[in-house]
Amino acid sequence: MATAASHADDHAHEMPHGWRRYMYSTNHKDIGMLYLWFALMAGIVGGLLSVAMRLELQEPGIQYFNGLAQILQGASPETAVDVGKHLYNVFITAHGLIMIFFMVMPALIGGFGNWFIPIMIGAPDMAFPRMNNISFWLLPVSFTLLILSMFVEGPPGANGVGGGWTIYPPLSTSGQPGPAMDFAILGLHLAGASSILGAINFITTILNMRAPGMTMHRMPLFAWAVLVTAFLLVLSLPVLAGAITMLLTDRNFGTTFFAPAGGGDPILFQHLFWFFGHPEVYILILPAFGIISHIVSTFSKKPVFGYLGMAYAMVAIGVVGFVVWAHHMYNSGLSLATQQFFVAATMVIAVPTGVKIFSWIATMWGGSIEFKAPMVWAVGFIFLFTVGGVTGVVLANAGVDRTLHGTYYVIAHFHYVLSLGAVFAIFAGWYYWFPKMTGYVIPNWIGVTHFWISFVGANILFFPQHFLGLAGMPRRYVDYPDSYAYWNKISSYGSYIFAFGVVFFLAGVVYAYRRKELAGNNPWGEGATTLEWTLTSPPPFHQFETLPRITGANH
Amino acid sequence: MTRGLKTFGLAAASLLAMTGLALADYGIGEPGQIGLQAAASPIAAEIHWFHDLLVWLITAITVFVLALLVIVMVRFNSKSNPVPSKTTHNAAIEVAWTLIPVLILVIIAVPSFRLLKNQLTIPPADITIKAVGNQWFWGYEYAKDTGNIRFDSYMLTDADRKDPATQPRLLAVDNEVVLPINKTVRVQVTANDVLHSFVIPSLGVRMDAVPGRLNETWFKATREGIYYGQCSELCGKDHAFMPIAFRIVSDAKYAEWLAGAQKKFAAVSDDSRVAVNQSPAAKTAETK
Repeated sequence: MATAASHADDHAHEMPHGWRRYMYSTNHKDIGMLYLWFALMAGIVGGLLSVAMRLELQEPGIQYFNGLAQILQGASPETAVDVGKHLYNVFITAHGLIMIFFMVMPALIGGFGNWFIPIMIGAPDMAFPRMNNISFWLLPVSFTLLILSMFVEGPPGANGVGGGWTIYPPLSTSGQPGPAMDFAILGLHLAGASSILGAINFITTILNMRAPGMTMHRMPLFAWAVLVTAFLLVLSLPVLAGAITMLLTDRNFGTTFFAPAGGGDPILFQHLFWFFGHPEVYILILPAFGIISHIVSTFSKKPVFGYLGMAYAMVAIGVVGFVVWAHHMYNSGLSLATQQFFVAATMVIAVPTGVKIFSWIATMWGGSIEFKAPMVWAVGFIFLFTVGGVTGVVLANAGVDRTLHGTYYVIAHFHYVLSLGAVFAIFAGWYYWFPKMTGYVIPNWIGVTHFWISFVGANILFFPQHFLGLAGMPRRYVDYPDSYAYWNKISSYGSYIFAFGVVFFLAGVVYAYRRKELAGNNPWGEGATTLEWTLTSPPPFHQFETLPRITGANH
Repeated sequence: MTRGLKTFGLAAASLLAMTGLALADYGIGEPGQIGLQAAASPIAAEIHWFHDLLVWLITAITVFVLALLVIVMVRFNSKSNPVPSKTTHNAAIEVAWTLIPVLILVIIAVPSFRLLKNQLTIPPADITIKAVGNQWFWGYEYAKDTGNIRFDSYMLTDADRKDPATQPRLLAVDNEVVLPINKTVRVQVTANDVLHSFVIPSLGVRMDAVPGRLNETWFKATREGIYYGQCSELCGKDHAFMPIAFRIVSDAKYAEWLAGAQKKFAAVSDDSRVAVNQSPAAKTAETK
């Protein structure tokens, strides 16, 4: 397979132009670009939904969603409040699904993965270029189905899916008989198919198309991260597909997999969902780990500390990540022995995660660190991910989860690891690779200013949510008792700051594109040792027509 | 006062002093609260104790990581250390940062498993009640030999709340569950339509209400007072509007309430029971 690059037929090298270049693209860099722009667009939609939610939660009572219900769903003034309450649930559902399936995954795996996995392992392209095309183009279709679901009937008298991203039955079956749920299920099926195809492509590419001398143990950590992620996707997504297919037949064809009246069990869905759902959260964060490793190493001008430990920590997280799913279900009626097992297994994950945190710090230790924008984001990531990680250890204990489950504490926890973890890593990766991908410099002050706006905003946004959760405020609430008003108001202010940061970021990107300052092959200097920095910026349409020969470990 | 201090450390306490915020109260959140609701049962107290231990541990770990990051940023930036070292391995330290976290986790696991066992081992119950989740109200039943009554409990709308001081918005209900102090109460939890979750933070109780399943939990309230909770599993549009209100009273007051409640609720036949107990506002909500 190492000869995959030797397609000598010259006509294949002509670059198509216009819409054909992207629509029919089989080029990993073009497809990576599509993924990144798609993720950006979806991130803006998902972000707007969350700002609307924070606006509503800024004060007790229902102030905005009744109006939104009239505008978006044509509710009459009499039903506006009731439709608005449902609309809030639609927003939380869409926010979750969009951020997971259409923002973080496309950005980290489809975007940066497509762009840099082939380059980092010294391959000319992905193993299955045409499959790469379909795995991207399924996403806009899937996204359209999800958006459409917001405009068709869900529960009687209101539009959209209001079941949360976990779509637990019976609320997602008998609770919302309208077609909105079916749209969402089909959308999830397509998003899942897209990810499975992508994952197969990455596994095949990484296992078969490494350049001569690029052994597994010489492979850059981002490639390791995406490899583990791809295995998690291939093993977990089919379980989700099965579960939502059963949901579909329960809804439309009279089966009762999850309906107790027919001998089914709603808890079965929870097991199936979280068998997918827990690996999914590692799918979201593992590629981020890979990116952070590269950035820390580049700007410390040192190789990654404990490379093998770093790689196998990710493998361990992936493996153990498959046997911890029921920690999402401690209160559903699991037996003592079951809960004990899942407490123990969940806490075990903290060990390889700790290895990663300490190895990043050790990589910096003794280094000569340049605090350029990507590095600032990476250091922010390490600290904030630690905060999110330690609250995860708290929640792992079923005894304490008894009081924190389903509260804002959980919201705070997973936004620290995802919104402040995965998203910070996406921005870090963006500032790190933007010069390589576009050829243009993005001024350092833009990335650093963006970081500080986001860092302050996100902490004001999410840290008080720990307090709300400890005080008992349940999640997915459109309105809350007056005693929770104080921290909700603070949290909302943080959300506006973070949102302003995103606007600043977009303006910065436009500015960089218009400024057209050329970056050169390697803007980061001696520390940037992976193969992408040996190419031009942007890289040629097809790279490595003569395969590079890897002689030493230069991860 | 110690609750706030213990829970979020000195930084939080100084913040608290600056803003003059109130501290955790029983049964209900307090404005600006930063800790758990005050504990009113042995299990809740044990949760508090264990959570406080965890907060100390995770704060220490976070501060440790932060300190390392600060040291690295100060000592190893390109100005203070122009020539990077080439160290990439140190077996001893790698073993240490694998084994020390394991030890910390073992230390956590011991009280964690004890608490878990105490929560899930239900002692012989003095009173058994059943909480049934519905869209969007809770139905309660007292077992035949301990009360033998059934009633539904709806949130009071703003129009129905005569006294906002004792009837907090979104928490006060028309029919409170009344139970005696220092008695072991077994709560069976189930649901009629979709998932709900039965929660009272101050009593340390949380159990999902699942159609077709009868889950069990328990508490022993050690303080008189009113304890609120809210439905905690997304159940549709009025998910935020089906609170739980338990009033813990003395034995004598309980006996008095029970006699009255038996007259008020048991006299009603099953068919008309729901209609009688429903507040007018709730009725409108249901027909929508």
